[in-house]
Amino acid sequence: MSNIPSDLKYAKSHEWARAQGDTATVGITDHAQHELTDVVFVELPDVGRQLKAGEACAVVESVKTASDIYSPVSGQVVEINKAVADNPALVNGEPYAGGWFYKVKLSQPAELDQLMTPAQYEAEISGG
Amino acid sequence: MLKRTPLFEAHQKLGGRLVEFGGWEMPVQYTSIMDEHLVVRKAAGIFDISHMGEVVVNGAGAEEFLNRTLTNDIRKLAAGQGQYTLMCNEHGGVIDDLYAYRLTAMEYLLIVNASRIEADVAWLQGRLGSFPDPRSVMLRNASDQMAAVAVQGPRVAEFINQCFPGASVAGTGVAQVSDLKKNEVAKFAFSGKAIWISRTGYTGEDGFEVVSPAEVIMAIWDKVMAVGHQHCLQPAGLGARDTLRTEVCYPLYGHELDEQTTPIEAGLGFFVASDKGDFVGRGVLADQKAHGTGKKCVAFKMTDRSAPPRPHYAIWNTGPGAGPMGEVTSGTQSPSLGIGIGMGYVKPESAKPQTPVEIEIRGKRASAVVVSKPIYRKPG
Repeated sequence: MSNIPSDLKYAKSHEWARAQGDTATVGITDHAQHELTDVVFVELPDVGRQLKAGEACAVVESVKTASDIYSPVSGQVVEINKAVADNPALVNGEPYAGGWFYKVKLSQPAELDQLMTPAQYEAEISGG
Repeated sequence: MLKRTPLFEAHQKLGGRLVEFGGWEMPVQYTSIMDEHLVVRKAAGIFDISHMGEVVVNGAGAEEFLNRTLTNDIRKLAAGQGQYTLMCNEHGGVIDDLYAYRLTAMEYLLIVNASRIEADVAWLQGRLGSFPDPRSVMLRNASDQMAAVAVQGPRVAEFINQCFPGASVAGTGVAQVSDLKKNEVAKFAFSGKAIWISRTGYTGEDGFEVVSPAEVIMAIWDKVMAVGHQHCLQPAGLGARDTLRTEVCYPLYGHELDEQTTPIEAGLGFFVASDKGDFVGRGVLADQKAHGTGKKCVAFKMTDRSAPPRPHYAIWNTGPGAGPMGEVTSGTQSPSLGIGIGMGYVKPESAKPQTPVEIEIRGKRASAVVVSKPIYRKPG
């Protein structure tokens, strides 16, 4: 059963966002890491880059495939997770904790309301 | 509608992730590619290879027919021996790479790539049409009647005899399966049926390949799984099969080999006999052996942490006038080495080990270095 923390918002493309004041942390869900299995490389956006919601901003590579990650929110990248660059397996082991990708300073905080709730994401991945 | 091997239900029961491969529905992995790869290197893995093709060629003219159609010297084989070989067109382009086994004095078994069964059989039939004595050769595509598994890993020899007890009844005479030497093949009885077991594989590890009538392969799979369990045997899918063979630089048809590529370009000149008389492609290949080729297949390793190299990524040379000079044909993150590795074609002047190259990954060039084959060598 996929882990879907209740304090996060979700995108259809399997990214999650955790709002903390005027910034948000972004990563990929347990469902996504389970589909990918062994993550071998993560390419993160540069700090300072301006992102628009829905824009491809990172790449996650497994043994067999490279998958684009789409930013669930707009804003400027203020921090990236170097630990995940050094140890891509964190994405599999801790998709919501140590496996986070980047933090943005939100330019349109209202976008968070457009993302899915945990219940909506659960329905989405169950094929509902 | 995708084809399924007789072991399909086993893959479903094990929760295998099924994907399309050359028209077949096959398991790419059961748990994870990394885990399955590492268990084959450390202990044992079993692969369903029933999608591969089996072509039986027998008769008084079989040896001559095959020697004129395949690149390696099949006269070297005694009954109960096999060899890696290639089948080329008149331009030296590879139609397929395969294993040829001499089962008995006049009976040969060819194990061919799943994606090339039809092309191979059509080619062989066409060649037979122009053979001086076609009635001395019987050719049969037995792929639908036969199935196969590969059991690979350093611990396989510990338990293979328990799976297939008893002495061989044809081919190489051995008291037990594990007495077979590399490239030897023998017939054994299993559930009252004749099966052939060879000490061969596509992983770089010790192991055996078992070819049987389709109706007993499930019993074979179950037996090996049950007996192998105590020796840490796990089922392994096509994903691990690909990373394992890439680490030891075994070519894969459609990647390192195709009809526009010769065995000499691919670095397989060892399997092209220069002194056995005429065979299809001989002239072109002899010329390439003597005068060189316009491209060469090399192995490479990424020199820094990077995204893994993948097929079709451009390979650049370095230095003044640097530019793209070839393509990656196989690439992956090496589970054994923890770094990106691959094979690809480069200009001959860039083919020496230690030549620095660059791999273009999503618009950026990452540094790599040409290495000698195999990329992965067993320690000790």
